[in-house]
Amino acid sequence: MDLTSFTIKQAHQGLVNKEFSALELAKAYLNKIEKKDKEISAFLTVCDKSALLQAQKVDEKIARGDSIHVLAGIPIAVKDVIVVKDVKATAGSKILENYIAPYNATCIKKLKEKGAVIIGKTNMDEFAMGSSTERSAFFPTKNPHDLTRVPGGSSGGSAAAVAANMSGYALGSDTCGSIRQPASFCGVVGFKPTYGAVSRYGLIAMASSLDHIGPFTKTVQDCRIVFDAIKGKDDLDSTSAELPENDFSDFKIKGMKIGIPKEYFAEGIDEGVEKIVKNAIKKYEDLGAKIQEVSLPYGTDHALATYYIIMSCEVSANLARYDGIKYGHFTKKAKDLFDFYLKTRGEGFGDEVKRRIMLGTYALSSGYYEAYYLRAQKIRTLIKQDFERVFKEVDVLMTPVAPTPAFKLGEKMTDPLSMYLADIYMAAVSLAGLPGISVPCGKVDNLPVGLQIIGKYFEDNKIIKIAEFLETRA
Amino acid sequence: MISKNEVKHIAKLARLELNGKELQKMEKELSLILDYVEKLKKVDVSKVDLKKGLYESKGITREDKEIPISIEDRLRIIDLAPEKKDNYLKTKKIL
Repeated sequence: MDLTSFTIKQAHQGLVNKEFSALELAKAYLNKIEKKDKEISAFLTVCDKSALLQAQKVDEKIARGDSIHVLAGIPIAVKDVIVVKDVKATAGSKILENYIAPYNATCIKKLKEKGAVIIGKTNMDEFAMGSSTERSAFFPTKNPHDLTRVPGGSSGGSAAAVAANMSGYALGSDTCGSIRQPASFCGVVGFKPTYGAVSRYGLIAMASSLDHIGPFTKTVQDCRIVFDAIKGKDDLDSTSAELPENDFSDFKIKGMKIGIPKEYFAEGIDEGVEKIVKNAIKKYEDLGAKIQEVSLPYGTDHALATYYIIMSCEVSANLARYDGIKYGHFTKKAKDLFDFYLKTRGEGFGDEVKRRIMLGTYALSSGYYEAYYLRAQKIRTLIKQDFERVFKEVDVLMTPVAPTPAFKLGEKMTDPLSMYLADIYMAAVSLAGLPGISVPCGKVDNLPVGLQIIGKYFEDNKIIKIAEFLETRA
Repeated sequence: MISKNEVKHIAKLARLELNGKELQKMEKELSLILDYVEKLKKVDVSKVDLKKGLYESKGITREDKEIPISIEDRLRIIDLAPEKKDNYLKTKKIL
């Protein structure tokens, strides 16, 4: 019996029924990491000691006959951009190579209170800037389905860890697809909640108006469990909000209206991906859903361009904090303070991070602010209005997650723009802050493909419910 | 398009030291990205009022008061600094 193949729900049943202990479960996952991560490289840090200690605590609770939360004792992998007290948090960057977090992110605090076993911190593109995890300052992660291919990114380590059963579930962050796209590439469920549904406190900031925390899970049912555990208003994140009380448990597919944005099936999409995604949508039609073509004129190409301006501007502001004085890497070669900043940051940041800081600084600089930043904010409003318009007619939107399945390692590393285009179907949803879930819906030549389901604001539970139907039919 | 001098100026504003090769690469790549976002200039934004919609927020405020922190946490945070003296962070002199 391979304990690591269990879903959260199954593992919880096993623990409660005393078929195995939390310690055995944690050890099974640690063994899996020991064996498999040599070739996959999903983890930056493995927390073996603290994981075993926490597992023992859960076992003691079970032995006492106390009731335990469904997540108690289940090993979780955490993207290295989310801080866990007393554990290294590098954000995939040399500039934070030796940074030990002095506090817990709110989502981590919530999970710890429920008895979660944090098994390790996962690899990612530096500061979550990338779509393949190849831009990690440490090493690239491989796709468990094909080791010559990328796992997607930037949360590639978390997606690969779940796909290879090296963790029961994982947390990632999504600024422009960084949960949904790797979930699609690795064949797991990945969920970006409505902006604000999960507190960002303790998430190392990239672009604050676009950053989201969300789960990677083996099943949609598990996704709901993790989302329930981490969501909610938090005084430490003023943009966080409480979800309305509605779990949509009696939602019916029959009569539901699905919008298909035609721009998401235009040129550039792989034929195999298109076929699989359309097949998945057909399954809903078979269950009685109505399909309606809609238009989001700025939803793909313009959204991506708008995203690159707004994100870069926020990056240039957010990453100004890395000055080598408070924490992180610092230069030993500077002659004065100005030189200290230049060299600390020049040495500490990688190419992609520098590129985005530069682009953002340029777009915000005197004489360019209106032409770039202000204009991009206006187009962001138009994109949001487009969604509001189509959501008057349909319940949800369904689109591909990415135009292709997982691409080869190295394939897009020399051309930054080609890498950016891997997130073409992700940007509009991120700019609008709508919830989006990526659920596996088939394979092209053995490579997983995901369906993206996009919902209205704070109807996170509705799209989870809808995704569940696909899973039970698959 | 962006010139090499502009790249140098922006790098200084962004507090990034870039070597000759990096400057050259940055000039080329930023130009490509700026070409890509050029399409945004054609979008009619004349009817968009940023004071409405997405940005129509009442603002979220909290009381401006100190949040207590334990001595251990305080020392732990100071301990992260590369250079310190008597529990203060040390930097190069400004003046």
